[in-house]
Amino acid sequence: MGVLGYTILTLCVLGVLCALILYFVAQKFRVYEDPRIDDVEKMLPGANCGGCGYAGCRTFAATAVNEKDMSGLYCPVGGALTMKRIADFLGKAAPEREPMVAVLRCNGSRANRPRNNVYDGAPSCAVEASLYAGETGCSFGCLGKGDCVSVCNFDALHMDPATGLPVVDEEKCTACGACVKKCPKMLFELRKKGPKGRRVYVACMNREKGALARKSCAVACIACGKCVRACPFDAITLANNLAYIDFNKCRLCRKCVPECPTGAICDANFPAPARKAEVVADGASARPTPVRESGEERSDS
Amino acid sequence: MLKTFPIGGIHPSESKISRECPIQDLPLPATVTIPLSQHIGTPAEALVVKGQRVRTGELIGKSTGFVSSNIHSSVTGVVTAVESYLDPSGVRRPGVTIAVEPDQWAEGIDVGDAIVRECTLSPAEIVAKVAAAGVVGMGGATFPTHVKLSVPAGRKAEFLLINGVECEPYLTDDYRVMLERGEELLIGIRILARALGAERVMVGIENNKPEAVASLRQLAEATGGGVEIVPLKVRYPQGSEKHLIAALTGRQVPSGGLPIDVGAIVQNVGTALAVYDAVQKNKPLIERVVTVTGRSLARQANLRVRIGTSVSALLDYCGGLPADTGKVIAGGPMMGRAMANLDAPVVKGMSSVLVMPESLSRRLPQEQCIRCGKCVSVCPMGLEPYLLAKVSQKALWEEAEAHHAPDCIECGSCSWQCPSALPLLDYIRLGKAEVIRMVRSRKSR
Repeated sequence: MGVLGYTILTLCVLGVLCALILYFVAQKFRVYEDPRIDDVEKMLPGANCGGCGYAGCRTFAATAVNEKDMSGLYCPVGGALTMKRIADFLGKAAPEREPMVAVLRCNGSRANRPRNNVYDGAPSCAVEASLYAGETGCSFGCLGKGDCVSVCNFDALHMDPATGLPVVDEEKCTACGACVKKCPKMLFELRKKGPKGRRVYVACMNREKGALARKSCAVACIACGKCVRACPFDAITLANNLAYIDFNKCRLCRKCVPECPTGAICDANFPAPARKAEVVADGASARPTPVRESGEERSDS
Repeated sequence: MLKTFPIGGIHPSESKISRECPIQDLPLPATVTIPLSQHIGTPAEALVVKGQRVRTGELIGKSTGFVSSNIHSSVTGVVTAVESYLDPSGVRRPGVTIAVEPDQWAEGIDVGDAIVRECTLSPAEIVAKVAAAGVVGMGGATFPTHVKLSVPAGRKAEFLLINGVECEPYLTDDYRVMLERGEELLIGIRILARALGAERVMVGIENNKPEAVASLRQLAEATGGGVEIVPLKVRYPQGSEKHLIAALTGRQVPSGGLPIDVGAIVQNVGTALAVYDAVQKNKPLIERVVTVTGRSLARQANLRVRIGTSVSALLDYCGGLPADTGKVIAGGPMMGRAMANLDAPVVKGMSSVLVMPESLSRRLPQEQCIRCGKCVSVCPMGLEPYLLAKVSQKALWEEAEAHHAPDCIECGSCSWQCPSALPLLDYIRLGKAEVIRMVRSRKSR
């Protein structure tokens, strides 16, 4: 045995000793973790978006396994299917929640809301909002710099270059709420997706008095209260010069939509109405026809 | 060797093109809109109703707390509205609109030209008079002056420093005040010194205004001395409170601290003049000198303007808005804000209306950061602007706090110097606001 032999032997003995120490330490300080947490985590989407209110998918999984009741837990990204799989696996009752979607409560497109100045600072809504009211007369509307687009983890938001407003991709939106938190004007709201994606909402956040709101934007809510009177289900409330439709009470009857004199109420994903040609022809339609870019209803054509 | 502050700073083109224009009175406008919040702190509470007649100098807005300020009518006339007006940034704020009639001054106000030299009031009486007159810092920060004059117990204001630096390019309103109203100004300064019990009084003036230095020095000698006139090296942002203290006394205000922590109180030249008017003439702060300037403007002017006059009236007086205007800035080109609404009224803190032609007002196209470090070398607060901007952009507020974002004085030297035209200050300002909010909520918890 030469020098080489002794060296190899020493290293081997040292290795075995270290392994033994590590083995006993691992035994002594072992932390038991429910193996089901790993399984539940694998069932989750793994986006770590925080949309459930927990720090990430693993914390959510641990809570699901450790809590007796899963009623407060819901993964908006995975949706009902994922929640059912997890509930079945853990032998608990699956919480039910209606699918939600992010909705932009501003329809102040370039056509509806003319620009009266140009912003050339840092391309960020947060920065612009910290400096001034924005490029239009409405200090409540969308700034259009796309902070929501950059914060969306699911590629569900895109800027529409024609309108200058972000568009929510309903298929991809998981209602994680990242855009709701990010928007400095607080324009996003998570609303019930509704049957076939049908929903009715006020696409305006302008809290100024009617005349002032109307001056800056063609489709602003002027808080006239017509929709409140039209609603048979008491779903609409008026506060701070702004109408709000409670999506838990709204039955999608759409009686408010034609009542709105400015067209601030949006009805998404409804089939186009049968055109009443004779009404338009004899000029009985007294209400002004605002320019609207979203939704199928285009009564002005 | 002229004095200046120790680190950072820049020297932009001085462009003081309105320096030879004497102060003129702007004719009374047809209406004024007087904002109820022209100061840092809580807004004043309206004391008038629609249809009420008010006289010039009458109290129309009452201070609602210690850090708040009184608002007076700047004209005689009938109140036509007590509601919201559109401020320069396009946001609605509460204000009082008055249809203007020829002046009838409220009782007790001395409107004569005679200079009142004698002042035998006690410090408390001076502070009360200053508070009643609604005097705020006229340099732009609009901090209520009576708050600054109320030195907390156990502290002593060794130095009273008067800010005649006017380091922003284009601005000449303080310069004209120092030249034309020097005697009243010195009386105002001595009243301030009396109120504070200050041991040393210094007026810092940048050396590009030698006439102001000479004239004030001579006046100070002639009226009994005690006020040192100190010429300073021309360097932006010397007009910042902390930097003026460093330049004049060599003391450094600690991070997050106040000037009184190093025994100094800084007041602007315009404020000292307003204090003279308030204490000696019983005249509340209802007018100020505004520089109306810009290379494209038909006429440059330093105008004495009633508070509440619309900015467009000032521009009309100076030959109207040129066709190629890209930006109208309220304040100087470095720290002023571009206006989104030219009908906004002149407020107590508006030192200048600057018209920039289209060719000069657009930002350059942004490039990548080339790590040249110029922003670090010019930062007068010793911060790392490129880093603060990056962490703010990435919403890493803890990092921004660790790198002292709240110490930023928003002077804009970094953005001015950046060869890649990065909007450094835009992001830093955002980070600063977020960190301050974060720290506040942590404290309240």
